[in-house]
Amino acid sequence: MTVPLSYYLVLSAILFSLGVLAFVVKRNIITVFMSIELMLNAVNLSFVSFAAHWHRLSGQIFVFFVMVVAAAEAAVGLAIIIAVFRTRETLNIDRVNLLKL
Amino acid sequence: MPLSQYILIAVVKIAIALFVLLTACAYVVLAERKLIARMQNRWGPTRVGPFGFLQPLADGLKFILKEDLIPSHVYKPLYIDAPMLSLTLALTAIAVIPIGQSVTIGNANIPLQITDVNIALLIILGLTSVGVYGIALAGWASNSKYSLLGSLRASAQMISYELALGLSLIGVLIGAGSFSLREIVNSQAGWHWNLWYRGQFVAFFVYLMAAFAETNRVPFDLPEAETELVAGYHTEYSAMKFAMFFVAEYANMFTVACLATLLFLGGWDGPVFGPAWLMVVLPVLWFVLKVILFIFVYIWIRGTLPRFRYDQLMAFGWKFLLPLALANILITSLVIGLTA
Amino acid sequence: MHLGLFIAFAVICVAGAISLVAQRHPINSALSLIVVMGSLAVLYLLLGAEFVAAIQLIVYAGAIMVLFVFVIMLLNAGAEERTRGSRVAMALGVPGLIVVAGVLMYTLAGHTAAGQDQLAIGATYGPPVAIGRSLFREFLLPFEVTSILILIAIMGAVLLARYHAAPAPETRAIDPDEAGDLLQLAGTHGSAAGARERRRAEHRMREREVTR
Repeated sequence: MTVPLSYYLVLSAILFSLGVLAFVVKRNIITVFMSIELMLNAVNLSFVSFAAHWHRLSGQIFVFFVMVVAAAEAAVGLAIIIAVFRTRETLNIDRVNLLKL
Repeated sequence: MPLSQYILIAVVKIAIALFVLLTACAYVVLAERKLIARMQNRWGPTRVGPFGFLQPLADGLKFILKEDLIPSHVYKPLYIDAPMLSLTLALTAIAVIPIGQSVTIGNANIPLQITDVNIALLIILGLTSVGVYGIALAGWASNSKYSLLGSLRASAQMISYELALGLSLIGVLIGAGSFSLREIVNSQAGWHWNLWYRGQFVAFFVYLMAAFAETNRVPFDLPEAETELVAGYHTEYSAMKFAMFFVAEYANMFTVACLATLLFLGGWDGPVFGPAWLMVVLPVLWFVLKVILFIFVYIWIRGTLPRFRYDQLMAFGWKFLLPLALANILITSLVIGLTA
Repeated sequence: MHLGLFIAFAVICVAGAISLVAQRHPINSALSLIVVMGSLAVLYLLLGAEFVAAIQLIVYAGAIMVLFVFVIMLLNAGAEERTRGSRVAMALGVPGLIVVAGVLMYTLAGHTAAGQDQLAIGATYGPPVAIGRSLFREFLLPFEVTSILILIAIMGAVLLARYHAAPAPETRAIDPDEAGDLLQLAGTHGSAAGARERRRAEHRMREREVTR
């Protein structure tokens, strides 16, 4: 028995909402960043399932580009986090709420 | 073929492959000790059994019977999981490595490979990439400064040389046209090895250097050097967990040697003659001989070269091997594009 | 069997994502995310996208998450504490999550699979050859632009995370008394007899520093 498309889309929706929840709830900058990666992965799953459904390869090509952009964003974002940590000595986003040190 | 027969054959192949790999790892340790000893003008282990052949058995018994300490200051879940992760990933890579042509038993045509996937080479690269976690998490979970430093250095070294490793394989892929290892070997049939016929000697050099760095072997073994970091990321490990790291390192060495034979030395290509059963056994024999040659080169270099300093190591990977691999891709694609 | 595999790995995905939210230490969250990415790679294989599955493992689980684990290890991030902000966010967020997820699922589950059916296991649709051709023909411009993007990201990351050394101590003129003490310190270095002179010279230098 094959799996209908809607199952994959529902899974993608669940993962995306869990990513949004983690983004809102967590207080550590790095965990918030990881929730962004989770959201990107959920969207990748949607792309790939649509690519398989409509038998067009553009979905997988887009996943490729999403991964590249996610890699670039992760690198720069983590560099910013390291720079912020060096000056403020904390990773709690509630304490990094003023531009002044 | 029916599913149950397929699963039965797969289980038998997995059992044989694991048994052969683990025994080979144990005996490669013995071979290394004896060869390095001879290079240093002394005997290696000679007491246990004739010529020390039962030494791996004694070592195995020691590892199993030794007291399994868990220091109180470690982060327990990751401390216990990290060596298991390392060993599992190192042993999984054998699943896609073919050692010969197919064998016909009864009515089933069984290829000498546990699974034949279209992206076998990418899977091995993926397993090496994820294998960094075993080392990174081991060092972090050990909660000691030597372990953390050693694991950070080892992880940084491994992810830097993964780039050179991956790029050096692209020249091979352009020639073969597929990621499947069986296809790559078949494209080198008839002495058209990638090493000379397709001119991939530069890629071979880059691959070999990157492979030494990936498996943390001399001259790139600073992360586990005794004189530098006590023992690096496995400082706090003893007995069975240390044995798991140890076996994982030698299994990685095996995987890399098998890949080098398959990609650059034609795999099981070699003179084949004789009756039908010999025609099945001979390719496997050539494959095994080539892998043994690579392991010997590994041990030889370990006995000969001093180790790189960490900044020399990173400079070598980023500033020398990476541009060299890129130049190799450029020249290979130019040659193939202009002569096709 | 296709359905069984899907359910198994979908459950692992959701469990990993819930673990990401529920764990207090960031390293546990990172490991949960790696589990999610691994099971997503298996789901891509079920959908026939073998190349995407392989690069999900190599790039996402093997490089990006290694970067995250490195940063967590470097910055020695400890377990999170529960602040008032996080309790408020949890109180508002979980019902919000249920609403958002409910709306999404209701919209998507109504989308019946019209047209082509799903693929069986083994019938792959994403061979690397086809993806390569597509990338270098129709999508050549985005491909080249992403290479420039990666270059910018590399330069940005190196620049932002560079270690700035402490500023050099300022040079100042040395007055003759201090010069005499310094010479005495240098001259009596190591000798036991000069130890008392050394101690006196150091004491004088320290007093001079305090009064400066």
